[in-house]
Amino acid sequence: MSLSNELLFDNIDEPNLKSIEVYEQRGGYDELKRVLRELPPEAVLNELQASGLRGRGGAGFAMGTKAGFLPKGDMDKYLCCNADESEPGTFKDRELMQKNPHQLIEGMIISSFAAGINKAFIYIRGEYEEQADVLEAATKEAYEKGYLGENILGSGFGVSLVVHRGAGAYICGEETALLDSLEGKRGNPRLKPPFPANAGLFQGPTLINNVETLSNVSHITKMGGLKYAEIGTEKSTGTKLVSISGCVQKPGNYEIDLGTPSREILFDLAGGPLPGREFKAWFPGGSSSPVLTPAEFDLPYDFDSIAAAGSMLGSGAIIMIDDSVSMVDVALRTAKFYKHESCGKCTPCREGTSWTVKMLQRIDDGLATPMDLDIIESVCEQIMGNCLCVLGDAMAMPVSSMVKKFRPEFEAHIEAARLARTPLDDATLADEINLKELAAH
Amino acid sequence: MTESTREARRFEDTIPQLANVDVPEALHAWIVDRMEMYPDKKSAIIPCLMAAQKTHGWLSPEAVDQVAAVMKLTPAQLVSVATFYDMFELEPSGNRTIYMCTNISCMLRGADQVMEALEEQVGVKNGAVSEDGIFLRNFECLGACDIAPMASVDGQFIGPLTVEDAKTIVEDIRAGREVLATKHLSRRPVAATLWENGGRAEGYDVSEGGEI
Repeated sequence: MSLSNELLFDNIDEPNLKSIEVYEQRGGYDELKRVLRELPPEAVLNELQASGLRGRGGAGFAMGTKAGFLPKGDMDKYLCCNADESEPGTFKDRELMQKNPHQLIEGMIISSFAAGINKAFIYIRGEYEEQADVLEAATKEAYEKGYLGENILGSGFGVSLVVHRGAGAYICGEETALLDSLEGKRGNPRLKPPFPANAGLFQGPTLINNVETLSNVSHITKMGGLKYAEIGTEKSTGTKLVSISGCVQKPGNYEIDLGTPSREILFDLAGGPLPGREFKAWFPGGSSSPVLTPAEFDLPYDFDSIAAAGSMLGSGAIIMIDDSVSMVDVALRTAKFYKHESCGKCTPCREGTSWTVKMLQRIDDGLATPMDLDIIESVCEQIMGNCLCVLGDAMAMPVSSMVKKFRPEFEAHIEAARLARTPLDDATLADEINLKELAAH
Repeated sequence: MTESTREARRFEDTIPQLANVDVPEALHAWIVDRMEMYPDKKSAIIPCLMAAQKTHGWLSPEAVDQVAAVMKLTPAQLVSVATFYDMFELEPSGNRTIYMCTNISCMLRGADQVMEALEEQVGVKNGAVSEDGIFLRNFECLGACDIAPMASVDGQFIGPLTVEDAKTIVEDIRAGREVLATKHLSRRPVAATLWENGGRAEGYDVSEGGEI
């Protein structure tokens, strides 16, 4: 069986695990005590590097390496936990924060110790009100027990922690936009370089990691980096939370070993398609990942195998689409989201997402020709790689993959919608469009 | 206040004097505490605006002025930040809020139909406030696709919703009861445990939910 509730989800349904008493009864904070007593910061960094832990937020960058980029020396250094979980289909961090906040906090303290960080923040999306309440209560408990603040447990090391709530903007999950938002600005991404490790929050050295990544840290130091690296595959080590949603029988978060065959996740864990239905397509890593088809069900679910198939593991959010759903609807809904969330700073993203929505709408309205599909692909191509951040790419990648892989379905939809229109409809709509465009100029 | 004066004040580019602005005591203390938590007080802008919105129901010009006076920033700067974020209400809002997720995972499980039913039950269209103060709007992915289709009622996540649930939700809100008590996300165990028990857990029941 592919389920592996061995690390992050260990005891996850224990009543009141979110309280510090229960967490400590389960051995919580013992690892922090041991680290502060026995290990120098470099040794902790070495364990993180040896573990091969890759970032769980989407990019999959090696966490230990990133922590090692921070300059040494006595200065204010920052840790930002990215809890702005907003990628459609992703809901794993929510479960971790709600049910086991101290696992995250302990991981943050150990990471701060390793990288010489003295100020830590959790940037949590504003919609997660209950989860932010839980985190604030947990932070208070950790301060009272002396796990946070100055001179933690007499070690001479100190770090502060503030839970900071956002106010609803997908882009703030992008690390540099998150920093601007945390500085009290509009959440526009920054130009890189400089990278946050050198000039991040308040222009200081900053480490930014996802909730799930940081929640792994105490387990890694406890079992040892090399032992952790034995879980999963050679280049995708450890366990991963996958969030499965859409047209499946048993949606939810499951902890698996990376490299588990996708088919086992989709059928054994998630229970397969709804009665009488068949899977048609799937997003393997959130709505920004290029869609895959049932032909790819046997792929091992790890960073490199999914990337080799032309998609990405992303945040580990699998969204299943069955044969009752029109791919045009899926493409349109996906594109609308990114259009709404584009911050508007870079032209290819701002205009490209907007025009893609208009073209997809035209397909749905019966006003398109198959040539529009070529234009959509061309627009998507011109967004990719041409902006400060990857929000535009996040629309372009899935939409162009849908057009490529399901082109006959799009063409049939164009034809059917066109035939369903009457000449009178066309005249009225054309007038409306002309009026709107005139008004826009 | 007339529309034109509201606009003029909203974009005021001078810092209002604390002596001229009446700030509720609790809000004042909250803002002062919050500013202390950051190396730069401006980091407190978003949380403080949210606190003011909770106090006033929406970010009225008065609410913005109060935050501006305590933080010693201009209302223009605060509003320039607020307009970026979806959760700030710059127009009068209701005292109860329903965010209905209509993003991809919820759409795949029938969110559009639930949204229509909610519009009918609340009696307003998407983005509007009913006469009895219920604010209904569709929202981008709220991060709870395991209970799709779902909604957030005053920050409480509920789901999976059926078209019939729309009626219960609105009735519960109007009666001042706990909203849709058997479908609170906070009572849902992790997936493996939940489905082992056929979709049932203490205080949470979606036993028919596997086949919605």
